[in-house]
This record gives sequence, structure tokens and C-alpha cells, in this order.
Amino acid sequence: MNTPDNAVEMRSISKGFNGIPVLNEVDFEVRRGEVHALAGGNGAGKSTLMKILQGVYQADTGKILIDGKPVAIGSIQDAKSAGIGMVFQEFSLVPSLTVAQNIFLASEPLARGLINDREAVRRAKKLFDEMEVRVDPKAEVSRLGTAYWQLTEIAKALSQNARVLIMDEPTASLAKHETEALFELIERLKARGISIIYISHRMDEVYRIADRITILRDGRRLLTERLSDVAPEQIVEGIVGRKIEGQLAYRARADLAGGGVPLLEVRGLTSGPRVRDVSFALRPGEILGVAGLMGSGRTELARTLFGIDKATSGDILIKGKKVAIGSPQQAIEAGLALIPEDRRAQGLVLEHSVRDNLLLPLLGKISRGPLLDLGEGRKLSSSLIEKLAVKVAHPNRPVRLLSGGNQQKVVIAKWMGTDPEVLILDEPTAGVDIGTKSEILDMIRDLAGTGKAVIVISSEYPELLAVSDRVLVLKEGSVIQDLPRGDIADEESLQLAVQGV
Amino acid sequence: MSKTAPQPVLETSASPNFGEMLKRLDWRRYVIYIGFVVVFVFFAILLHDQGFLSAVNLLNIFRQTATITVIAVGMTYVIACAEIDLSVGSTAGLSSVVTAMAIAQWGLVPGILAGLATGVAVGAVNGGLVSLLGIPSFLVTLGMMGIAVGAAQWVTASAPQPILDDTFNTVFGSGNIGPVPGLVLWSALFVAAGAVVLSRTKFGRQVLATGGNRTAADFTGINTKRIKFQVLLISGVVASVAGMLYAGRLQSGRFQWGTGDELSAIAAVILGGTSLFGGSGTVIGTLFGSLLIGLINNGLILAGLDSSQQQVVRGAIIILAVALARKK
Repeated sequence: MNTPDNAVEMRSISKGFNGIPVLNEVDFEVRRGEVHALAGGNGAGKSTLMKILQGVYQADTGKILIDGKPVAIGSIQDAKSAGIGMVFQEFSLVPSLTVAQNIFLASEPLARGLINDREAVRRAKKLFDEMEVRVDPKAEVSRLGTAYWQLTEIAKALSQNARVLIMDEPTASLAKHETEALFELIERLKARGISIIYISHRMDEVYRIADRITILRDGRRLLTERLSDVAPEQIVEGIVGRKIEGQLAYRARADLAGGGVPLLEVRGLTSGPRVRDVSFALRPGEILGVAGLMGSGRTELARTLFGIDKATSGDILIKGKKVAIGSPQQAIEAGLALIPEDRRAQGLVLEHSVRDNLLLPLLGKISRGPLLDLGEGRKLSSSLIEKLAVKVAHPNRPVRLLSGGNQQKVVIAKWMGTDPEVLILDEPTAGVDIGTKSEILDMIRDLAGTGKAVIVISSEYPELLAVSDRVLVLKEGSVIQDLPRGDIADEESLQLAVQGV
Repeated sequence: MSKTAPQPVLETSASPNFGEMLKRLDWRRYVIYIGFVVVFVFFAILLHDQGFLSAVNLLNIFRQTATITVIAVGMTYVIACAEIDLSVGSTAGLSSVVTAMAIAQWGLVPGILAGLATGVAVGAVNGGLVSLLGIPSFLVTLGMMGIAVGAAQWVTASAPQPILDDTFNTVFGSGNIGPVPGLVLWSALFVAAGAVVLSRTKFGRQVLATGGNRTAADFTGINTKRIKFQVLLISGVVASVAGMLYAGRLQSGRFQWGTGDELSAIAAVILGGTSLFGGSGTVIGTLFGSLLIGLINNGLILAGLDSSQQQVVRGAIIILAVALARKK
């Protein structure tokens, strides 16, 4: 960096909740025109630090300097006027309004006391021109894809003269080419002197886009380094607090029962335009990876197998016997379980306790006559929590309070409790930290080790290659390749297969 | 993601000491009980000379709130499931009319069955339209509210239908068992059954899960369409029983019985801590919500306020209680 002056400087920030320290004398500086990655495991204090910067929380002690001047950030409004912008992970847009209306929400340009929509559209156009992206300001947000939502969010922050943008897992819901476009945009913003605080669990992205990285651990700053001076292993070790060895390397597992009847067999499964004539078989103990671009029908295949979408034709056989799956109830009875891609929307009742969430698919198991046996339920939920090492203060607390990684573990635990023959996981490690990720991958291997069959859908190729014994490549709803793991040389060859080259 | 990391306090597995447990105790959850006690003590002191604390008056409060309590038990299921049923008051009125006419025509048992059948029919139509066609329950039951009360007025030409069957009138309204009014026993029965089913059965849990996050419930293998159907069916049947309680107490069926009860029942449910957005609720809370409303009504009458003043004060107290109970 040529300009050594800091756009943001947070000095010895401490913050506790109910007397328990969460941040301990943390220093954090972001230079002008810099992309600064912020990393740390779940509960390391990243979110708290960022919420202090955005004015959601106030630090107990410590100072914040913006452009070298001390500022008091007591509210979100203060943070905005100090030039801090946030691109929310869950987008903060009103779907029924247009792009321009969203950008200027609460700061609409007025003409004689009335909102001047034409002016808003003109200004929105100018913002997008400056960002060098093409978005129609008059389009209703609900009609646009997530990538455009994000661009609208960024434009909204820029319209409020943000000098610092906080991006929290910005690529989580983007397709590959959209991610590329976002990175190009970030480069342009950098060139305009805007600083970006980039929070992501994806190491390759951090290396690709960030200039420096700060790692937090247990509420303290572990290090701030230029990325050119730090090795990936160091970062991972810094985040997790221990060495992760070989979790992402494929370990050939002993071939279980080569012949015999497949545990799951799918013949000519078709549902709508996204699942077309899909056939495959899964042996006991086998882990099948499913790869494909966004919209290739990966998630739809999982939904159809689990009975959420109805199959229009085709057969599903469990242990050689045909089963009718028209609803999740029937799928569960047939021995299937699905860890859905969106744990917050599809996997959990966020306001309910960890225990209630865990027991939801198991109510039949803990019924004694017409009533539930609550003691049995407590025992069962505790054993599941223990088995998957979910970190909870108390199983009675709402699951909403857990970190993303722990929430995901709760979803997995809830389905492990049903003792499924075939477990389907859709993006099981999205948005979880690297420590939890390796635990989840281990759990998948262990489960297969007990003779169950597992289907893993993932857009992270290293992860797919690490666990899969076989990879099914989907394109436009059809299987275009069925590759044994041994035939895939590396990530690149899988990438090529997915592109259909 | 680490969005929730600001509360890592809750992720530490250290065993909390007693002081911390007190701090964690969420008094907002108990605001209905606190409010009930405060209002009770307030009236007990203020209205001591007007006989507020006399056994007769206290039993009166129970008796007067009995039908609302019964309706509110059904409403708890509906609201906990993130739906609403505006047709309960009208359903009670229609059921009272149908029961009265059927008793006059065919006798006691067919009369009771006809009353229940009214509730089943209304609840099944409500539930069917909501769960199968996906029409919002607010609209379906708003329409049904008019249909039920209109039908009741139509078939009777606005005339009250007297019930001359003493057995019916005794069982469903005016009878006592020892010192305890039959109406109080009816509401106790519904509260007890409702509380156990909601908190201790598979069905109850599935109702709460469907109300809390329908998509997640679907993905967990819960037939949420069926659950939505069932809660509206329950609400209709329970309302029809409440209609029979009106009929028994007033020894007649009339389309006006139950008018406006939907709003009292909704107020009781929300006061009782059930989330208006679904996902959480307790029947015991609903009972106290209903009793609190009865308490306020009774106290204000004894205090000599006229009915216009009563309405203002009652409204203010309800808003205050809900404001105190809401989550931060």
C-alpha cells in the first residue's frame, strides 16, 4: 500500500456480554483502498467487532478512528454518516420496491416535498455506471437474482457515501461467473479509494481478493499480515487453533461389498425441467458426490428424492425394493434423510430450542401412548448433542443463538437421530468455519463407514473430491458423467467435467 | 454464519451459577401471570367494600369468562400455527341456533350432534380452503364470519329459539356440581385437554413447528397442510361447543350469541403469551389471559364505571400488557 493512512482504526476494543468477554483489547486497522480480510472461527468475535463498527453494539472500552479522527459511533445512523457501509448477508432490501427505490429508501430525492422517482432513477443509473455494472434501476427487486440484489446493496451503500464497505460472505449465494464479476467490481472500488472489509470462510477467495488479513481467535487479535507473507496452513491453523491435516485429502476407503444389491437405486427419475431421466445406484458404504453448475438440477434432484418435489416418472428402489416417494413422510419411512441447503429457512425452527429442533423428526420415537415421554426426549437430544459435539449452553435455548456451524450440526444431528439408510446433504458446509467443516466431512466418512449410503451435493470441488467415492456430474438436469473418484485427477479435471468440456 | 456470534456467551458450556440464572430468567414470558396478580391485588384492595373478594363474585368471574376461555383454547392452536380464525364467534351463534332447532325437532342427543356437526362443517370448510387452496385464513374466516352469522339469522328469521330440554340446559349451562358451576368445569376440561395436547403430544409439537417455520416443518416430514386443516377444524368444533354453552346458559339459541367473541379470544390468546406470528404458545397462558380480561371487566363494573368508560380502560390495559410482554 502506498498510502499508509488508515481509513478505519479500531484501538483496543473490548466488549463483553453479561460479564463474559467477547472481545479483548482488539486492534484492527484498514487502510484506504485496501481489501482487508477478517477471519476467525465461530465465536472468535468477528461479528461483534463488525457490529461495533456499524453501531449495532457499543464497545465497553476502546476507540474508533475514521480517517484519523476519533468518532463516537453510537448508532447505525452514526456509522453511516461516518462512511461505514454494510453489504448484508441476508439482504436488507424491500423485494416489492424497485432497485432505485431501494437504493434511496429513506433518503429519496424530493421535488416540492414529493418523491421524485425520475431523479432517483437517474442517480441510480449514475451509481451503476460508476460501478461499471448493468442493472435496470426500474426493475422490481423481487424479479432479480441474488447477484443483482447484492449490486443494489452495494449501490445503496455507495449512495450514502460509504468509504468503507463491510462484506459478509458476499459470494455465498453467487454462481461462479457472478463471483468473478463481484471481484472485478471490488477491484474498481479499491481503485476509487474505497476500503473493503471482507469476511469469508473461503480461503481461495481471500487469497484472490484480499491485500491483508486479520485473524481473530477467542476475542483477541492473533495476527494482521499481508497475504503474500502468510501461508494458507498458517491461516487455517490460526482460525482453528490446531493443525488440520489431510481433512481435505481423499482417503480411499476399504471397498465395502462390491456386488450385491444397491442400497439406493434410481432409474430414469424425472421431475420438471431440472431433473431429467437421472439414473444411478449407490452401494452400502458409498459416498456419492454430485457436482454441477448453479441451475444444473443438483438441489432439485435432492428435493425429488426426498419427496418435496413430485417425480413425474422413474423409480426409486431401496435395497432392491421399489418405494413410492410422494412426500417427505414417505421418504423418511423409506430410510432417507435430507440436510437441506438453507439451514435457516428449511432446516430449523429458529425460535425453538435446540432440543425441540432435534426431536422434531423423532416425535414418534419418544411417544408413550398418546403422550410424549419428555424424559426420554431429554436423553435422546443430549446424546445427539454429544455425538455431534454441538456447542450449546443449554438445550433449552433457542437454536437461533448458535453460530452457523453449530446450527448446521443441529440439522445434521436431528437427521442422524432418525438413523437413515441414505443421507443426502445439500451444501453441508456452506458458511461454516473450517474447523466445523472438517468435523462434518469426518462425520460423513464415519457414517459411510457404518454401511450407510451418502449423497453429498457441493459447489466446493475440494470438498467433493475429499469425500466422494464417485462423482455424478449434472448438466441441465441430466447426468452427463458418472466418474469413479480414481478417474478424477484433480480439481481442474472435475471443473472441466462440470463445464461439460 | 457468525451473525449470531455476538452471543457466544451462550455457547460456553460453563455451568451457570444461580445469579446468572436469575439474570437469564426472562420475566417477559411471565408478564401475564405478573399482570394477573397485580390487577387482582389492585382490585382486591380498591374494591374490598364492593365485595370483589367474595366467593360469589370470584365464581362469577370464572363463569362469565368460561365461554371465552373455551373458544380461546381452540384459538391458541390456530394462532400458534400462524393462522387466525375470525369466524369463531359467529360459529358459536350458528351452533346455538342449530342445536336449539334440532333439540326441538329430534330431541337431546341429535341436538348435541347437530351442534357439533355445525362446528365440524365450518372448521372443515375453513381448513380446506386454507390448506388445500392456500387462501389466507384471515380472508377465509372473515368471509365465514359473515356466512355463519347470516345463516343463523336467516334460518331463524332473527327469532330466538327456546330450548325446553332441562337436561341440556343443566349440562351445558346453568347446572352446578356442588358449589362449582358447570360452565367452570367445561372450561377446566377444555383447558386441561388443550394444555396437555399442545405441550405433550406429537400433534402439539407439530402445530408449534408448523407455526414457527412451515418450510422447515415440511422438510422434516410434517404434513403441514394437514396440521393447518386440523387446527382450523379444532377451532370450529370448539367454537360450536361454546355455542352450546351459550344456548344452555341462556336456554335458547340465537344468532347473536358469541358476537364479538373472536376479538376477546384473540386478545386472551395474545395476552397469554402466544406469538401472533406463530411458533409459540401455551394454553395455561391463554387461560390467564382470558381470566385477566374477565377480572378487568368485573372490577370495572364493580367500580361503577359505565360501559363506555369500561371499554376505554379495558383497551388501555390490554395494550399495556401486550407492550410489556413483547420481545425486545
